[in-house]
Amino acid sequence: METKVFLELLSNGKGVSGFEYPLQNTIISAFDKYLDDISVDKLGNVIGVKKGTYKDNEKSIKIMIAAHMDEIGFMVKDIEENGFIRFTNVGGIDPRTILGQEVIVHGKEDLFGVIGSKPPHLQEPKEHNKAIKMEDMIIDIGYPKDKVEELVSIGDPITIRRNIKNFLGNRIAGKALDDRAGVAALYECMKELNKINHEVDVYFVTTVQEEVSMAGALVSTYKINPDIGIAIDVGFGATPELPRASTVELGKGPAITLGGNIHPNLRKELVKIAKEYNIPNQIEVTPGPTGTDARAMQITRDGIPSLLLSIPLRYMHTSVELLDMEDIKNTGKLLAFFIASISNENLEGLLCY
Amino acid sequence: MNVNFGLLKELVGIYGPASNEKPIREYIENEIKDYVDEIEVDSLGNLIARKKGNGKKVMISAHMDQIGLMIIDIDDKGFLRFTNVGGISPYISISQKVVFENGTVGVIYHEPVGDISKLKLENMYIDIGAFSKEEAEKKVSIGDICIYKTDFEENENVVFTRYLDDRVGCFIAIEAIKNISNPVNDLYFVFSTQEEVGLRGAKTAAYKIDPDIGIALDVTAHGDTPKAKRFAVGLNKGAAIKVKDNSIICHPKIRELLVNIAKENEIPYQMEVLEFGGTDSGAIHISREGVPSGVISIPTRYVHSTVEMASKNDITNCLKLLIKFLENEINI
Amino acid sequence: MLLKELTEASGVSGNEKEVRDLIISEIKDYVDSYKIDRIGNIIAYKKGKDIGKKLMVTAHMDEVGLMIKDIDNDGFLKFMTVGGIDKRILVSKPVLVGKDKLPGVIGAKPIHLQKPDERTKALNIEELYIDIGARSKEEAEKYVSVGDYAIFDSEYIEFGEELIKAKALDNRVGCSLLIKLIREVTDISFYAVFTVMEEVGLVGAGPAAFEVNPDYAIILEGTLCYDMPKLDTHLIPTYLNKGPAISLIDRTTIYNKDLRNKIVEIAEKNNIPYQFRKTSMGGNDSGKIHTTREGSITATISVPCRYIHSPASVMSKKDYDNTYALLKEVLSQFKKEEL
Repeated sequence: METKVFLELLSNGKGVSGFEYPLQNTIISAFDKYLDDISVDKLGNVIGVKKGTYKDNEKSIKIMIAAHMDEIGFMVKDIEENGFIRFTNVGGIDPRTILGQEVIVHGKEDLFGVIGSKPPHLQEPKEHNKAIKMEDMIIDIGYPKDKVEELVSIGDPITIRRNIKNFLGNRIAGKALDDRAGVAALYECMKELNKINHEVDVYFVTTVQEEVSMAGALVSTYKINPDIGIAIDVGFGATPELPRASTVELGKGPAITLGGNIHPNLRKELVKIAKEYNIPNQIEVTPGPTGTDARAMQITRDGIPSLLLSIPLRYMHTSVELLDMEDIKNTGKLLAFFIASISNENLEGLLCY
Repeated sequence: MNVNFGLLKELVGIYGPASNEKPIREYIENEIKDYVDEIEVDSLGNLIARKKGNGKKVMISAHMDQIGLMIIDIDDKGFLRFTNVGGISPYISISQKVVFENGTVGVIYHEPVGDISKLKLENMYIDIGAFSKEEAEKKVSIGDICIYKTDFEENENVVFTRYLDDRVGCFIAIEAIKNISNPVNDLYFVFSTQEEVGLRGAKTAAYKIDPDIGIALDVTAHGDTPKAKRFAVGLNKGAAIKVKDNSIICHPKIRELLVNIAKENEIPYQMEVLEFGGTDSGAIHISREGVPSGVISIPTRYVHSTVEMASKNDITNCLKLLIKFLENEINI
Repeated sequence: MLLKELTEASGVSGNEKEVRDLIISEIKDYVDSYKIDRIGNIIAYKKGKDIGKKLMVTAHMDEVGLMIKDIDNDGFLKFMTVGGIDKRILVSKPVLVGKDKLPGVIGAKPIHLQKPDERTKALNIEELYIDIGARSKEEAEKYVSVGDYAIFDSEYIEFGEELIKAKALDNRVGCSLLIKLIREVTDISFYAVFTVMEEVGLVGAGPAAFEVNPDYAIILEGTLCYDMPKLDTHLIPTYLNKGPAISLIDRTTIYNKDLRNKIVEIAEKNNIPYQFRKTSMGGNDSGKIHTTREGSITATISVPCRYIHSPASVMSKKDYDNTYALLKEVLSQFKKEEL
């Protein structure tokens, strides 16, 4: 499958944090062809393994690559007398971005709805300058209360209704590219790896619940206990209103994070490989723990050397997250070449402080 | 089901603030020891009691610690200054009585403050009626923790008292231990410590037990009092089955299982989507390789006050739901 | 003096190499084994007359500092803070940038050119920059890369009545105590752990505790000291010159009462002055250590440090000596009986 097609399936799919299971089959059926084994763990992480060429299975190096499959969304918290749904957010959402959005309430069946609030005509003029709070908004699915209660339960997840849109160049926008773009990069990586030799075993993990607790990365890293952990997430794409120093640019390749969360020598090796294969890349600096699965990996068990690659993404945590497909391709490529460069012979040296 | 609310009355009155749970631990140990196969205390003070079975390994966690006030200074006149252990509100604390482990009683009051809405715990003190530092030091040492002191009240509908959070969870766990004979599943009942300061006891207990499934029993908030913040849980509407709070999104299979069991057994239940807070399952579900976890919540008004209120029917229904859940073979 | 070398070394969280290398050179001849783990902690083991319980003594190596995030077109360096730094202390301070310790300054607008109300406002980090004297971006890039760390340029100075001024006393004072313990305590076994990245979220301690899996842990720190006159006594976290501070509670740990009481008893029996740390603010590696795996029992013993997290923090030599004396006695108790 074309990676772009796969990403479209993923982004249009539904998988709010804690409710990622509808995506499992899409991911498994795409990944399966390239992997030796694939399974789902107790919290719903999909874990695929691609074996390397090292002879002694016991001593094979394990590299874990993780991208989170969950997306931000909403959850039903109450049903009003007239059938309006009150909702809360799952993950960080700016309430200003959701007014007037179309949504899907994932009840007994998928139900179309719109997010509404008090019309501006009925507000005091000075209220117009204030953002409307999420608790003052409702979702209208067009049914009376008894019908709503039949179809919807408190606790049901809700996603914004937004299919992938194609733009100039190879750019696309969608509602859940954070971090389905990372899952697509994993897919690119396994395709690349299929063409080259690699000594190490690669564990491809699509993690759950990154947006709320990193639960998926914590438990899957514990289970796999890799020698190296690499998280693939998205980075703040440059736009006019953002300070240049805090962003990365679309189309210029993955950002390679530098900072305390990242193993310094492994990072140098990754940059070296990028240079060697002419893969564009950028730098992102984060002094402390990153807000990504790399954070969870680093502190699991007795500590896992970690790396973080970020795919530039504009308008993060909105329903129009925008990226450049080339960046995903380059992320997958860089990962593959990096993996191929690691061997039982050189790993110890690379991990040395 | 005939439920002995006398035991609940006992439980809420026993001293056991976070990190200093020994008195309540000993009380519970004594209460359950004849009904369990193994019992132990770990280094954080968790009480872990096992009822052996052949099925899934289930960890049932109710925290026995309470919020309290730790003494950090005794001034020249014998007044005590304190810091909070867990979520202590300055406003709720004004003019409350407190009691120390050795039985010393004091009252909480505050310095004169112009604007009461700016009251902070550091402007408050505890008066134990000592007339000098020396006198105070005979009864209280720096580092001692006291708890709120109020009476247990009840009527035919509700109980209201200090420390339903989470002695009502302990109560349900104890009653379940007594009511379950020949368990199908391998049950580890944990009376956990230091939940109020960050789920610390449950974290180490879950690591030790390494369960297949985790269930926490704890109080939740309410949305059914005048102008309360919008929240679909209310008193006397049944056992609350948690969907999410700030510490966990409950495993869908566990949640569905609880709902199905409630339906099959005609146990009233309500779904809980809490926008803040957390409980032991938050620590359990991310232990080791991951533990599918859920929460049975007891709807409670005025949590972290001295008059926490819950419905007797809800408590009974939570107990029934727990027992039915544990008695069945669990397939997830 | 070792504390001079330790405090003048560069070791911002995530970039502890210089401190780590220095510590290793100081301890390697005195320990039975040591290693650097996968995230940069030093885990050393010193064998003595064995006891049943496993004891771990820790100090974090890292300090708060700055990280370069961009070089602008005129060669000025934009930066972020690493760890908790009050932005108001940064203005008009010399710094050292990168591995080669290139000198720079954080400048400020001359007072003459400010409007009166400007002076009352704290400057934001985004408004500040480091000037290394470069004339262009190209020139700056020859010496500095994005991602380089910077530290305060601050000398170790002894002054007043047995006081010490230095940067990074939090927590090189803990490192120094632990090194001394490694060198001088011979009769009991313990793990000595120097952790990374405490200041940015207790990163190193959890994995180190997972590896060592201790029964008991003692955390050594330089802690808050604010002993201003006329302050209510309960608002003073610790005093200078009143001895080691024993922690009661902080954001991450409620310290075990029995171990704490034992330490107090030892101090009293040996006439070592001590005080309690009277604030619940802050947190340290104990938070991760005592909840790792099946849990452990911890205590934190600290040297009070005034003006912590600034270029010029101050501690007392007497406190240092008393803290060491207490630690030595406490450790010897681990030999004699189970605490």
